[in-house]
Amino acid sequence: MNELLVPFAYEYMVKAMWVSALVGAVCAFLSAYLMLKGWSLMGDALAHAIVPGVSGAYLLGLPYAAGAFIAGLLASAGMFFIRQQSRLREDAIIGLVFTTFFAAGLLMVSLNPTSVNVQTIILGNILGISDSDAWQVIIISVISLAILIVKWKDLMLVFFDEAYAQTVGLNPTWLKILFFTLLSACTVAALQTVGACLVIALVVTPGATAYLLTDRFERLLMISVAFGTITSFVGAYLSYFVDGATGGVIVTLQTILFLVAFLFAPKHGLYASRRQARLVTADGGEPVALKEPTV
Amino acid sequence: MTVAHTASNSGEPSGQRTASLTVENVTVTYPNGNTALRDASFNLGPGTICALVGVNGSGKSTLFKAIMGFLTPQAGSVRIAGLPARDALKKNLVAYVPQSEDVDWNFPVLVEDVVMMGRYGHMGFLRHPSTTDHEKVTDALTRVGMTDYRNRQIGELSGGQKKRVFLARALAQEGRIILLDEPFTGVDVKTESAIVGLMRELRDAGHLMLVSTHNLGSVPDFCDQVVLMDKTVLAAGPTEETFTQANLELTFGGVLRHFRLEGSALHDDEDTRGVTVLTDDERPVVFYGHQQNETAPVRPKSDTDNSNDQDGEK
Repeated sequence: MNELLVPFAYEYMVKAMWVSALVGAVCAFLSAYLMLKGWSLMGDALAHAIVPGVSGAYLLGLPYAAGAFIAGLLASAGMFFIRQQSRLREDAIIGLVFTTFFAAGLLMVSLNPTSVNVQTIILGNILGISDSDAWQVIIISVISLAILIVKWKDLMLVFFDEAYAQTVGLNPTWLKILFFTLLSACTVAALQTVGACLVIALVVTPGATAYLLTDRFERLLMISVAFGTITSFVGAYLSYFVDGATGGVIVTLQTILFLVAFLFAPKHGLYASRRQARLVTADGGEPVALKEPTV
Repeated sequence: MTVAHTASNSGEPSGQRTASLTVENVTVTYPNGNTALRDASFNLGPGTICALVGVNGSGKSTLFKAIMGFLTPQAGSVRIAGLPARDALKKNLVAYVPQSEDVDWNFPVLVEDVVMMGRYGHMGFLRHPSTTDHEKVTDALTRVGMTDYRNRQIGELSGGQKKRVFLARALAQEGRIILLDEPFTGVDVKTESAIVGLMRELRDAGHLMLVSTHNLGSVPDFCDQVVLMDKTVLAAGPTEETFTQANLELTFGGVLRHFRLEGSALHDDEDTRGVTVLTDDERPVVFYGHQQNETAPVRPKSDTDNSNDQDGEK
């Protein structure tokens, strides 16, 4: 029993668990929106695109978040510009821009190997996070969460029906910019916990899992945030015992839970659909599962 | 929260303003250089159902976007109830019923959630629904006959039910001006007459409705006004005067299916008049007589003729 409490005895472990949980919560919040629009890969693109900003900031001794944020904005603006000015499709543009930025980042890091460890950026290093970096992550996450809690309904309306959002007096363009600013900010934060490669998991998996479990957006948000928070906290905790990269453990946990939902979700799970299909063929009647109250 | 609070939130209660829509010399050119609308003008007052008729690409959606403030016209102006579009939107004067293809039916929202969206403009900063908001949602659902489905995810509904949900949202919003984008596509005859019935009620309550439709046959049936479009407004005015064979042929060029029955195929006597059927592959419009303008379009006898309880919704 005592052995299970060991991680709580180390300050760095406690810090890692709480910071991870916070980052997991914000990323999960954003994931609920991102996957509904087919924009999931934007998260991946942003995470890679901010790498040159991070390495640049470390080189110059600036707060890493500032550098990352500038790089993120530049990448978004670049994608937007190419999209306006060319006939290329979105996926091609995302692929072009984020690899360019990522390559520039790697080049910068490799030219100055002493300033920052490549591994820290790619894989994250929450266990060894410095206090100043931890504070940056906490401030970003708390502000983002606060904005999301106030604006979640407006954002939902914009994501669901932009034209209608406009007619009830909202400004969809402004709200979309707000959303992508938050997304950039949170990928910056998540970079520290799971690293550039796995940020995408944090901003997709919780939302995707919750989507299988409910038909209501409000519940989807709650499930997603709870899921992201708990898996991140537990993942950081477990990483002490398995002695593995924290990011890897968190994302593995999330994937396991996603698979459980994928198979056994009461209405949208694989087994439920199979059962429903069988019922329909057996009775020739209306699918029974549809009549069950939604979660 | 109380009723008074809701009213103070939206500024002036929208019911106080007369519904009107003035489009004046509107020209819209997209960044790619395509002028979708040139010098379009028309004027509509309260208690009107107006059909917006034209081929695809004739600028109907562009016009809608300009009315909803999505686009700023390069020239001309849109005034809603005497206000610039953006101000009118802030006052919740405009409700919009989207085309079915524009909706993400897999979005995790229930029927009642969608209708509640209609109340957002009346709510405070945090969009927390009041008792009034809940009541209005229930009322709207009752009016369109969708109360039993309020807890369904929207993707589980039939084509006609889907339409009714979005109509309920417009009702809950209580906008004086309602824009309907192709409300009859993918809808069975029963739902169509239900929608038309509801629109008539709203017209009698002083609302102004602008309906884009391909369903030419039902235009003379329920629209008082018609706006015919082909990258500009070709003709606008009362249905009897404007919705003529000549104007329709001008609007559609050779695009419409066109049948004409006359002579011995139609008559045994000396009568030389013929029947002309124009259709955009939905309900056709039928003209009787020699050529243009001899008779007004033929109206169906009554609504009940059409509502043969056909439930084959898509």
